[in-house]
Amino acid sequence: MYSYTGRVLHVELSRRESHVEVLDPDFVQEYLGGAGLATRLLVDNAEPGCDPLGEGNAVAIAVGALAGTMVPCSGKHAVAAKSPLTGFIGDSLSSSYWSHTLRRAGYDAMVIKGKAAEPTYLFVDNEHALFRSADALWGKESFATEEAIRAEIGDGRVRVACIGVAGEKQVSYACVGNDRGRQAGRTGVGAVWGSKNLKAIAVRGTKPVAVADLEGLNKLSLDLAKGAQGLPTAKYRITGTAGNVLTLNRLGLLPTRNFRNSVFEGAEEISGEFMQANFKEKTVACSGCPIACEQVTRVREGLYEGARASIDYETLYALGPCCGIGDFKPIIKAADLCDRYGLDTMSTGVTIAWAMECYERGILTASDTDGLELNFGNHEASIALIERIALREGIGDLLAKGSKRASEQIGQGSETFAMHVKGLELPGYEPRGLKTYALGLAVGTRGACHNRSLAYEPDMKGQVDRLTVEKGRGSIAMECEDLAATLDCLMFCKFIRGCFNDFHEEAVEFYRLATGLDLTTEDLKQVGERVCNLKKYFNIREGWTKEADWLPARLLEDPLPDGGDQGTTLTPEELRLMIDDYYAARGWTEDGLIPAEKLAELGLEDLTQKARQ
Amino acid sequence: MKQFIVCDPNKCVGCQICELACAVEKTGHLDIARTRIFNIRVDPSLVMSVTCRLCESPTCVASCPREALSQDPETGIIHIDEEACVGCGWCVEACEFGVIIQDAEKTTVEICDLCVGRSIPACVEYCPKEALSVSTPVQIGQQTRKEVLGELLQELIKA
Repeated sequence: MYSYTGRVLHVELSRRESHVEVLDPDFVQEYLGGAGLATRLLVDNAEPGCDPLGEGNAVAIAVGALAGTMVPCSGKHAVAAKSPLTGFIGDSLSSSYWSHTLRRAGYDAMVIKGKAAEPTYLFVDNEHALFRSADALWGKESFATEEAIRAEIGDGRVRVACIGVAGEKQVSYACVGNDRGRQAGRTGVGAVWGSKNLKAIAVRGTKPVAVADLEGLNKLSLDLAKGAQGLPTAKYRITGTAGNVLTLNRLGLLPTRNFRNSVFEGAEEISGEFMQANFKEKTVACSGCPIACEQVTRVREGLYEGARASIDYETLYALGPCCGIGDFKPIIKAADLCDRYGLDTMSTGVTIAWAMECYERGILTASDTDGLELNFGNHEASIALIERIALREGIGDLLAKGSKRASEQIGQGSETFAMHVKGLELPGYEPRGLKTYALGLAVGTRGACHNRSLAYEPDMKGQVDRLTVEKGRGSIAMECEDLAATLDCLMFCKFIRGCFNDFHEEAVEFYRLATGLDLTTEDLKQVGERVCNLKKYFNIREGWTKEADWLPARLLEDPLPDGGDQGTTLTPEELRLMIDDYYAARGWTEDGLIPAEKLAELGLEDLTQKARQ
Repeated sequence: MKQFIVCDPNKCVGCQICELACAVEKTGHLDIARTRIFNIRVDPSLVMSVTCRLCESPTCVASCPREALSQDPETGIIHIDEEACVGCGWCVEACEFGVIIQDAEKTTVEICDLCVGRSIPACVEYCPKEALSVSTPVQIGQQTRKEVLGELLQELIKA
């Protein structure tokens, strides 16, 4: 077995112990790596029913099958834990130097358990795992933490994944950042690190990565890298995903003011094109990526002068139109603050949008908000909130719980416009006008996530009528989800998926040249299905019931507010029909549970036995 | 005329692929710690790769106490006599660009040789953004002048 090291580093923080587990190649092939391997390690190592912020939760981190090689866009890792935001599976992906470096240090994965007595950081120095004091780092923002650790160790090759202050304070949607600005952003994995007193994992990995056929692999990699300069990646390369703003706005699908509107009057001035002309400083790439989608922007004048952040579409939507903000400068400032504090920009923005709607409706008043006037569009208030959320001060303590739990706490009907699924705030596409995607969001194991679902693709590409619903959407959503899971296990960035002629055919060839293991295209597809089922199994184990697969009331009660398809409705009956269809396609029961035979078919029969014990 | 590897920082995206390409070419392994070209990020917006500049009167050669380093008078490439080199590290210190490496497992130093014998240096071939090229100082000057004039022209059109 090449490319893989076949080694998992287990760390027990309470006892300050570590050991290496050697993986069986058959086991590795069931999950491939990344999100699949991390989820399996989480299932095996987190205590069933654990408090997400308690000692019984585990953090599992796994790099992709091809990390450390020259295969384009394969330098990624997954961070999995039981999510404090949802209480279900929290699997979050990140990329760049840190991912490659963990493989070069000799590991495919890490599992972290227990809780350190004092603020601690781990230094994985090739074969050594060292526990170091993070006393001097506690309270430091993410970027400064990375630099401080590199300075302490005295080697620029050391790569750092860490939490910011929001993670230390256990904000439910705190992220884990690495390589200055890459984030395992969603589901609050940073809060889990904080709950374990784990500030950072620094890695020095200087070993070569062995592959089965180096020449063959490099040739294929070069071809893919050259192919990645064409039309399928044009949007990512030229404007980054921020290019979506005008497209979605034109279609009337740009969520605005907490999904009260679907067209934003200020879209031009927050568009990717406007960003390019006025704020872009440089386009950069993750390590190993020939596409380069990251758009570094800077505010050059005014109130927010000096703010810098890499802006992608989801960040832009959540901190911009969703909060009614149509000025690029405060959006850059807000993203900069989120990155430094270690907050998920998406959940932050959508939770602030919920607070703004509460304020406009009088559910929250100036006495609740420490005098902040939380009207939509008030960017000064939005920026003040980000700091309070990160530090859990005043109203920030409520908002740090995320829109689901905050709305449950204050009630008064605010639950109906808390825009989340299972607690995870919605991405920036209007589900009422993208119905297959709406299904994907509702059934998503980690909550509302376009990246785990990918079901917006058949809607956007016109493979189905995005405004209607019929039987058959269930299997379409399932196939999209399985493909996304496969990508997340091999760990190809989704932005390169358009550069393959036949993804499964080509992926198994990359896999064979790198690992020396034969995998059929059918095996590869089944990995996606297996991992989707495994995530669902985890959720069921942690208390999932059918009611959790649903959408916010606003989307089912109010018609699409604006745009060419204004008035289109998504009814509860339509959603129910699609969900039932999806469960049937998956081979699950009417209640969305996984029959023992299905687990056995996917090679997961050991889980059935575990459940009986 | 002396040629060396030039990186256009406007095109470079910091992907590090040149480092791996170099390591593979020179060691036969995906051993990035042995790269002879270095992709550096000084700042989120300042990225580029740097390797041997083939200096006139190179300080590395002058600094070697055992005369293990020499410069080819034709190509400017620095040659290392592995027999003579004892890995003292003077040249590493003397190099103004920090592009001489001393591997932990080898006692001798290593430096970019433009992949002599290969049709095109590996880093240049693998660079996905065409940020790397093999150029002479004359070509670099020509290119820079062209770009400056191009920018001026754009400004004139706008005005």
